[in-house]
Amino acid sequence: MSKNVFVFAEQRDGEIQKVSFELIGKARELANTLGEKVVAILLGHKVEGQAERLVAYGADEVILVDDKMLAEYVTEPYAKAIAAVIHEFDPEIVLYGATAIGRDLAPRVSARIHTGLTADCTGLAIDPETKNLLMTRPAFGGNIMATIVCPDFRPQMATVRPGVMQSCPMDTKVKGKVTKFTVPFAAEDMNVKIRKVVKAAKKATDITECKILISGGRGIGKADKFEMLKDLADVLGGEISSSRANVDAGWIGKERQVGQTGKTVRPNLYLACGISGAIQHLAGMEGSDLIIAINKNNTAPIFDVADVGIVGDVNVVVPKLTEAIKKYTEEKCAR
Amino acid sequence: MKIVVCVKQVPDTTEVKLDPVTGTLIRDGVPSIINPDDKAGIEAALRIKDQVGGMVTILSMGPPQADVALREALAMGADEAILLTDRAFAGADTWATSSTIAAALKKLDFDLVIAGRQAIDGDTAQVGPQIAEHLGIPQVSYVEGIEEVTNKKIVLKRQFEDRYHIVEVKYPCLITTLAELNPPRYMSVGGIFDAYREKTVQVWSLDTIKDTIDMANVGLAGSPTKVKKSFTKQAKGAGSKYEVGADEAVNIIMTKLAEKFII
Amino acid sequence: MDFKLSREHLLLQEMYREFAEKEVKPLAEELDEEERFPVETVPKLARYGFLGLPFPKEYGGQGGDYLSYAMAIEEISKVCATTGVVLSAHVSLCCAPIYEFGTEEQKKKYLPSLLKGEKLGAFGLTEPNAGTDASMQQTKAVLDGDKYILNGTKIFITNSGYADVYIIIAMTDKSKGTKGISAFIVEKDTPGFTVGKKEKKMGIRGSSTCELIFENCVIPKENLIGKEGQGFGIAMKTLDGGRIGIAAQALGIAEGAIDEAVKYVKERKQFGKRISQFQNTQFQLADMYTKAQAGQMLVYKAACAKQDKEPYGHLAAMAKLYCAEMASDVTRRAVQLLGGYGYTREYPLERMMRDAKITEIYEGTSEVQRMVISGFLKVN
Repeated sequence: MSKNVFVFAEQRDGEIQKVSFELIGKARELANTLGEKVVAILLGHKVEGQAERLVAYGADEVILVDDKMLAEYVTEPYAKAIAAVIHEFDPEIVLYGATAIGRDLAPRVSARIHTGLTADCTGLAIDPETKNLLMTRPAFGGNIMATIVCPDFRPQMATVRPGVMQSCPMDTKVKGKVTKFTVPFAAEDMNVKIRKVVKAAKKATDITECKILISGGRGIGKADKFEMLKDLADVLGGEISSSRANVDAGWIGKERQVGQTGKTVRPNLYLACGISGAIQHLAGMEGSDLIIAINKNNTAPIFDVADVGIVGDVNVVVPKLTEAIKKYTEEKCAR
Repeated sequence: MKIVVCVKQVPDTTEVKLDPVTGTLIRDGVPSIINPDDKAGIEAALRIKDQVGGMVTILSMGPPQADVALREALAMGADEAILLTDRAFAGADTWATSSTIAAALKKLDFDLVIAGRQAIDGDTAQVGPQIAEHLGIPQVSYVEGIEEVTNKKIVLKRQFEDRYHIVEVKYPCLITTLAELNPPRYMSVGGIFDAYREKTVQVWSLDTIKDTIDMANVGLAGSPTKVKKSFTKQAKGAGSKYEVGADEAVNIIMTKLAEKFII
Repeated sequence: MDFKLSREHLLLQEMYREFAEKEVKPLAEELDEEERFPVETVPKLARYGFLGLPFPKEYGGQGGDYLSYAMAIEEISKVCATTGVVLSAHVSLCCAPIYEFGTEEQKKKYLPSLLKGEKLGAFGLTEPNAGTDASMQQTKAVLDGDKYILNGTKIFITNSGYADVYIIIAMTDKSKGTKGISAFIVEKDTPGFTVGKKEKKMGIRGSSTCELIFENCVIPKENLIGKEGQGFGIAMKTLDGGRIGIAAQALGIAEGAIDEAVKYVKERKQFGKRISQFQNTQFQLADMYTKAQAGQMLVYKAACAKQDKEPYGHLAAMAKLYCAEMASDVTRRAVQLLGGYGYTREYPLERMMRDAKITEIYEGTSEVQRMVISGFLKVN
């Protein structure tokens, strides 16, 4: 009988990734509904010390597979370990982060153990009648949402988009169980040879790929005010972009121009700072998910497309907003 | 070197618009294209062929209309094309799709299988790795660079959020490519004439692969996951405008950002 | 009668559009602004097979038909008329006469490199005193043993300076009038052949238009195309074919202008609504589109007739006459729809309007086309 909600705890260089805590937060809620436990699967080498963090964030139990084969991510050893854990512990649900690791590992595992897998979920819930996991995800370029179920196969598996679920507040007083599990690896399991690992090589920014854009218009007043926008972008994990006027003025590079003669962007958040909203500009950003506009002029056309319009001075509102977000995140992540 | 590239014909989702009144998708007039990650895969295969020689086969599962996507691949320079099409394949999830494509691959001779990382209409990124598992061959997904190719092995740049790996893998293997791997060549004029005059698109049905597939893994019936319901996102309502003090404004923005899970 | 494009033509159209959009359009404004020849585009046109499009594979061509070729010029000219004419002059005015009138030796010698695009072609007929009246050729070619000696000046020569192979029309026997005119193949770098001053033009400003100067330029006898005295006929037939290219160019310019205007009127708001909601805008665009479609049918019909080796001179003349005047009208109306913005260089419409004008002039003015068409009606 399948039981418990498992979470693949993704670590890189021994550091648990934020998405894993988010998944544990969601798993906690699902497990409570089912009256079951949250189990984190931690794979890696010399990562035992991380187990208690998983517990502190809400895992009842941690299954630890510690092996030098798992030091850096390679599909086969990881897939073999996860499949072995699933065979041994028979979970009801297994969740993975929809990351470059999770989206490589989860499908390999699903094919191996013959079960369904739903990608990039943004919503998870338990069906009150069938107790099946309801997995909701965007499809068709985000234009439609679909709720997927996996009624006849176990475990029910999903990858979950980072940043969507909320992690539980950390509680270091809680004690959980750590179960060490051994997987019999063979040398040929390392069927892809890593020649080199290169960390955090930042690529040139493509604003059309950015999920969050802080965009400056003529209303910011001068070139160095982009620094102020950059500070806000940094706390939100976004990038800065611009209207045409500032590009023409040479305040910022052409590659960051939004609009008809620049680029068309559809980020999750487009924060328009001091942009009046000429038709040519609107054409390049109307498709954004959430548009927030700050502008002094309350008749600026940008307000026609904004979800939230703030009539005010960007040079006052933006620094305050940056501070508020900084404070909010610090509180949220406090240990 | 024998390379098979798995491609999918997809609606160009960037051209899909929502009906502002009904909130439903307007699919009429949306062009069908070769999925961008897959097109990078075709280009990668053609470059490998240019470099070390060989044969590039395109494999696609889809409706008969997907013929044009295969012709396009042929017009770019691929040698042959196979369209897997059968009513029985309809409604397949990634498990059933990957089982079907793997069954077709078992009938082909290959060193390297290339698939796009993910399709823009589904964004799952699952089919490539699942095919590799069904075939029991190593996979390298999220390939953003090809560093070295020989007749024995391939050296790849594998992308992660915070790093990349340079990895080496021997054939047979499967790789999944990112659109940013390379700018795909256009079809050439002569290539288009060849695609219709000299080359053919082989059509394979369920019957063609019957000895390499378990019938229980085909189509909707063979899919572990089912769509329970689908719905369009709430149409955007009119926004609100606030003429308030700066602190109040910050609060309003913060609330909205939290509501949208941006913070 | 079948008005449907084949699957092959539809796929070609898709490819032309993608190529034009990504490789040609981004340069259009710069080429115009800087009056710069698209040197970087020519190798790309070569790589993808444009430069040998309607010729057989045995000479290095793509084995395409004339409709495919006209469609290519149409799609490229939608975004950049300069690039359109580079292609048209090369194919219609240089490769075509060698293919249609050249000896097997000439075809083998010149076509492979031209059709593969390793070399670019041009055509020289017009002279300071021989424009519409092309029979007044003053450039002379005198036979001297196994070579001809050329002397004279050509003007307004498209692709000049960038072309490697030129078709040159010259008088070999003035006493015979048009029957004394001959056609020659002249390679660049031939001693005595120089490219003179470059014209500053109103439109298609990226295309190179210069003088060609021949001063005791010695060319081998075997570079004579056909026989002595056949040159005028070769030139006229070459222009018949060329007119399909220019008609397609004009058509493309008009369609490009309509695309830009449609995009703009859906975005621009005046009096509280999008200007596309005003009936004047709607009716203007309906007229413009109808004219463009009518022009397209004339161009495609002429191209198909040439392909099928039917008489097509009058069809090419009608296509060019109609499309050239239509393109001038449509681009002018498109500028009007954009108002002040249309007049600025921020939008491509003013460029398109300037580019359209030349199609009423070169490769036979509209007046010459009317002469050809009325001649066909035998009302002269």
